[in-house]
Amino acid sequence: MTNAIEISDLHVTIAGSHVLQGISLIVPSGGVTAILGRNGVGKTTTLRAILGLVASSGQIKVLDHEVSSWPTHRIVQLGIGYVPEDRDVFSGLTVEQNLRLAESSATVQYDEVFSLFPELKKRGRQRAGTLSGGQQQMLSIARALLNSRPLLLVDEPSKGLAPKLVGEFAGVLERAAEHSTVLLVEQNLSVVRRLAQRIVVLDHGEVVHRGEARDLDDPTLVRQLLGVAGAA
Amino acid sequence: MNIFLVLTFSGVALGAIYFLAASGLSLIYGLMDVLNFAHGLFMTLGAYAGYEVATRLPSSLGAPTLIILAIIGATLGGGLAAGITELILIRPLYGKPISQILITIGLDLAVVGLLMGGFGSTALQIPVPLWLIEPTHIGGLYLPNANFLAIGGGAVVLAGLEWFLSRTRYGIIIRAGVENREMVRALGIDVGRAFTLVFVIGGAMAGLAGMLYSIVFSGDLVSPSQGDSLLIFAFIVVVIGGLGSIRGSAVAALVVGLLQEYTSFYIGGHSGWAQIGDLSTVLLLAVVLEIRPRGLFGRVA
Repeated sequence: MTNAIEISDLHVTIAGSHVLQGISLIVPSGGVTAILGRNGVGKTTTLRAILGLVASSGQIKVLDHEVSSWPTHRIVQLGIGYVPEDRDVFSGLTVEQNLRLAESSATVQYDEVFSLFPELKKRGRQRAGTLSGGQQQMLSIARALLNSRPLLLVDEPSKGLAPKLVGEFAGVLERAAEHSTVLLVEQNLSVVRRLAQRIVVLDHGEVVHRGEARDLDDPTLVRQLLGVAGAA
Repeated sequence: MNIFLVLTFSGVALGAIYFLAASGLSLIYGLMDVLNFAHGLFMTLGAYAGYEVATRLPSSLGAPTLIILAIIGATLGGGLAAGITELILIRPLYGKPISQILITIGLDLAVVGLLMGGFGSTALQIPVPLWLIEPTHIGGLYLPNANFLAIGGGAVVLAGLEWFLSRTRYGIIIRAGVENREMVRALGIDVGRAFTLVFVIGGAMAGLAGMLYSIVFSGDLVSPSQGDSLLIFAFIVVVIGGLGSIRGSAVAALVVGLLQEYTSFYIGGHSGWAQIGDLSTVLLLAVVLEIRPRGLFGRVA
């Protein structure tokens, strides 16, 4: 397997709005590929389309399977860990119950997860809804890492978090990327620079740039693609 | 004072039946957004299944054994009917609430019609052991034994559901699904199977409710339309308790059961206005909707 994900001519229309307009991209196995772009260009929708959470047309190949018409749970069972944009922990369930729900096989790695986030072990019986934003993000990432997964889809892990936590989560993802392929949606360029080898930039539902992460060292290109100062 | 205690006892028993009728409805709506108008039918079918068991099995088994088997039969019958309904009629209609309402109402009308054709529209008598008809004498009070059965049934189901929803994997899947169905799928879990299971559990509780209602409050009679009249109160209890909340249903069912017994006796008994119990329930519903639209234990929509 050379590519973890192959997408070609992917279209998504949500409530009459043509959000993805024929996206094609390849995520090679191993390492971190980052999807960048301004707000509302279709980054999250791309991840959701891969998971079958939104209706789409076009081809999506995940871990060597053509999954375009599959139900979400079957796609995920191929071996995907998903960290959604808004964490989406189950607030009425305890931390333990949230993790238990994510168990999918005999390969659950509680020791590994608790060594990354000792906080979660301490708060096992606490309702996830009463955790802080950072703790909820820990839980959301822990859920994705609980089973050994060949592919991780991670949507804006740094959103709304203090800089110290952003660094901590980047470290966790860096370690995870040693044995999983990571597709990362991220607006924080310093996180992207630290983690990603490859980048894909979206604009208005189309891919406008594919390249190496070091392309972000070019301030002119960054300003042109993302409309932000390159030194972020 | 004695009358008040007896009324309280029978109000709790009525509440237990309402809880059994409402909790399945609440679970089904909470997880799947299906407003299941066939829930009353599941209660009726449960009662008829119980009637069939009680009358077809040899009477040599003895009345106590027969009634226990009949109650089990009613529970299984309700669960089976609900499971088949979900698989065949509801499954293709997820996300289409109007179609769900129409098909469950249609199913209810059609099958109630079939029951009338098959069993006649007059009520049928379930043979029950003498113990269920007699009262127990406790501290100067005569308490109907059938009420103990209702309260016991309600308590067992409440405890069982609480255990199931907090301790078992499927229970946790169901609670997570009520909160965020999409994320459950994104964890690789087939929510469809959980949906069918919820329908079966809800239908089983409805079947049990239908049977116990016949035994406890309907003079051991089953009739084709009994489920539909019980369904109205089940809906009221669900709305007062908060959609999707089992504890909310339990509390609301108790409140409604007690209110009905008290008002029927203290107001209806003196004025001869028998429907005051039902009216007070609807008034309570109106007050709750005015003050707390999401119900006592409901989540913020």
